[in-house]
Order: sequence, then C-alpha cells, then structure tokens
Amino acid sequence: MTPQGEFYQRDRSLHPPALTPDYKTSVARSPRYALISLQCSVSEITGPVFGHGDIDAGDNDLLTNFAQPGESPIGERILLHGRVLDENARPVPNTLVELWQANAGGRYRHKKDTYLAPIDPNFGGCGRTLTDENGCYVFRTVKPGAYPWRNMVNNWRPAHVHVSVFGSGFAQRLITQCYFEGDPLIPICPIVQSIPDQGAIERLTARLDMNASIPLDTIAYRFDIVLRGRRSTLFENRLEGN
Amino acid sequence: MSQRLNDLRETASQTAGPYVHIGLAPGAAGFDIYKRELGRDIAGPNARGERIRIEGRVIDGMGAPIKDVLIEVWQANADGHHAHPEGGGPVEEGFRGWGRVITDFDTGEWGFETVKPGRTRGRNVGVQAPHLNLWIVARGINVGLNTRMYFSDEAEANAADPVLNLIEWEHRRATLVATRSEGAGPAVYRFDIKLQGEDETVFFDV
Ligand SMILES: [Fe+2]
Repeated sequence: MTPQGEFYQRDRSLHPPALTPDYKTSVARSPRYALISLQCSVSEITGPVFGHGDIDAGDNDLLTNFAQPGESPIGERILLHGRVLDENARPVPNTLVELWQANAGGRYRHKKDTYLAPIDPNFGGCGRTLTDENGCYVFRTVKPGAYPWRNMVNNWRPAHVHVSVFGSGFAQRLITQCYFEGDPLIPICPIVQSIPDQGAIERLTARLDMNASIPLDTIAYRFDIVLRGRRSTLFENRLEGN
Repeated sequence: MSQRLNDLRETASQTAGPYVHIGLAPGAAGFDIYKRELGRDIAGPNARGERIRIEGRVIDGMGAPIKDVLIEVWQANADGHHAHPEGGGPVEEGFRGWGRVITDFDTGEWGFETVKPGRTRGRNVGVQAPHLNLWIVARGINVGLNTRMYFSDEAEANAADPVLNLIEWEHRRATLVATRSEGAGPAVYRFDIKLQGEDETVFFDV
C-alpha cells in the first residue's frame, strides 16, 4: 500500500461555525479564539481500529435490537443505507458507523428527554455497524418523528438520525445528522441552518431509494457520508517547527 | 472562486445534541443494549507504563461545567506507539489507546484511567512530548473540538514539543498542560477545559 500523508485541510466553509446565535446553546459553548492550525502528525493520522469482535451482527437492526421477542417498534419501517467514502471518492472500508435517534413519536430513550410522546417499549434507538470492503453500511430502523426543543419557543427538529463515523485517522472523526428528503422542517431548523452551504445541507438529506426498498416490507433511504481525503507523500515537506 | 479538484466534499458536521449517550455510551448512561460497549477500557490489562487517572471538567462561557459532554481520547502506549498500522510500532495485546468518557450528569466531572503515553515521533523530525488527543462533542458544539492534553511533569519535553511551540502566545500553552498530584492510588492529572474566557483552552484545526 502506498504510504499517504496528512489529511486535506478541512474546508470550514462546509461546516457550521462554532458560534451560531440562532442555535442558542452554541453561544456559551463556542470558543472565541481562532483554532490553531496543525499539520497532521502521527497522532492525527492514526485512529482507533475496530473489528467484528467489537460488535454483534444484530447491532445494526434497530427493529430487533431492543424489542421483546416477536414484537416490533411502532413506526414506518425503513432501511437506512449508503457508503462511506473519502474526498478522493475511495471507499472507507471496515470503519465504525454508529447512530442514535428518537422513536417514531419523536421521543428519545434518555432520562433527560421529557417530551409528551411515549417511550416505545420495543425501541432502544441506537445501532452500530462496520462498513464492508466497499464502504457500504446498512441499518434497519423506524423513521424517527419530529420533536420540539427548547430554543425559541416553537422550534421543532426535522426527523433526523444522529450519525457518528470514524474513518482511519482521528482527524477524520465526524458526527453529523441525517435528514429525510421532503421534510418541511429542514429549511426552518436553526441547527440545520447553522450550515452556511446549501449544497452541504442537501448532502445531509437522505434520498428515497426505491430500488433498495423491500416490497411490502421496508422502504429505503440512501445516505452517503464523505470523510476527509489524504494526500499522497511523493514529496515530504520539511517545514520547520513540526 | 477557485475550482476544487477533489471529487467529493466532506460531509458537514452537526452537533451531537443532548442525547449523544444513547448512541455512543449507552451503558455509561445506564441503558443496557449492547453486549460490549466500546471505549470503556483505554489501555487494556497488558499495557506497560505508569497507570494514571485523568480528571476534569469542561467549562462553558458562563463559568459553568457542561454536564452533557462526551470526550473521546486517543493516545500512544508507553513506547510511543499508536494501535494503528501507521502507529510507529507494536502495542501490547488489548491496548487500543482509545476511549470515551461522559460527564457526571449532576456535577459535570469526568475522569478515566489509562497509562501515561510515551513520546511519539514528530511530523518529519524530532519527537512530540507525551500527550493525549481529545475530541469534545456536546449539545451546542457544532463541530467536535480537537485539543491535546500534556503532562505537568514533562516540562523539558513540553518545552521542545513542536505542537506546543506552534502556539504563538506562550501563556496559552499552559491551557494544554494537566497538573499532576499524587496520593493513595495512581497519580491524578487535573485537566479543566475552558471553552471561552481569558484562559480559553487551545483548540486545533487538525
Ligand atoms: Fe436529535
């Protein structure tokens, strides 16, 4: 395998800035000084490696991973699938993808969530899997419901699934949220709109995928994830200082 | 605007939100779903080197500890090797060097046990002082924050560290150095991370 260099500089214009006042919690939780830019050292190029011994085969099936035997959570049954690629369009194989979400009524199984919608006794709300050799992943779950949150008095989150991805180096670490095509709450959500780039928002929106849907059973959405790509190291630069 | 040649563009970050524990630390949050929870044991049973404990808080701009934060740790072993194909050398069986810690929901205190890492090779030349890489996510944090924790008893190595020396303002380097104290049990390093204010912790764009 060709040795590779550091990751491409993160394009911050595609990400929300730290301070986004319409998302009020960011005001006291955003650093005020500029980030110190660092060319990747071994500490950032490397990252944890996971294997099939770390997880169980059924961890990616949220329809069954918390349900009583023979029972099933309430809600629209969906497959959420896609590929993890890097910016060079290479698949990212064998990487850990974790997700968590509210149930079909918009309620999380979390002691800090007190929303009126009920807990579903057959739905835990988290799953995890490793991408295959082509970077593909798949989860089976229910489509999460929209829910209200305390920001302005009448803010509602669009239906979303929280997604965490590793890649091969700690510099690629990413947490994001996956939205669903056609949701009218997307354009008015202060968290979604913290992203300054409309194309980046569109890429966070899973698309209905009829070809992957299972007739009479489960409807599919496709969500591809792109992690930072790496330089090749044909020439080392030897700048002083690091 | 210049043309970007990369085929694809990185997926945008979004906040981990208040319920990050469900997905990434369900057991720590008291929710029993997986047979094996990842990231609870950073060093494993066979790691050589000094066993240490690291404790701290993440403090917001109002001076209040954040009670719903999740921190990921990434570190080398005592020989300065990361558990990765490009990590510089072998590690002990069971050493992953990666972990997750969440704060106490009432106090905002977090803490974890590990081994003290060794020096690692620098980007091109020289060595980096022993350090941990930390990645901090929470409600209100739009893009995970990267920082590093260095050790107060490594003053000489810290003074020569290429990353600490990139920080133009010398007094800000101290925000990355945890303070060692010794008592019964393993040595404890205290590391408070401040998101804002005069002594705002240094965060990196890696
Ligand atoms: Fe959420």
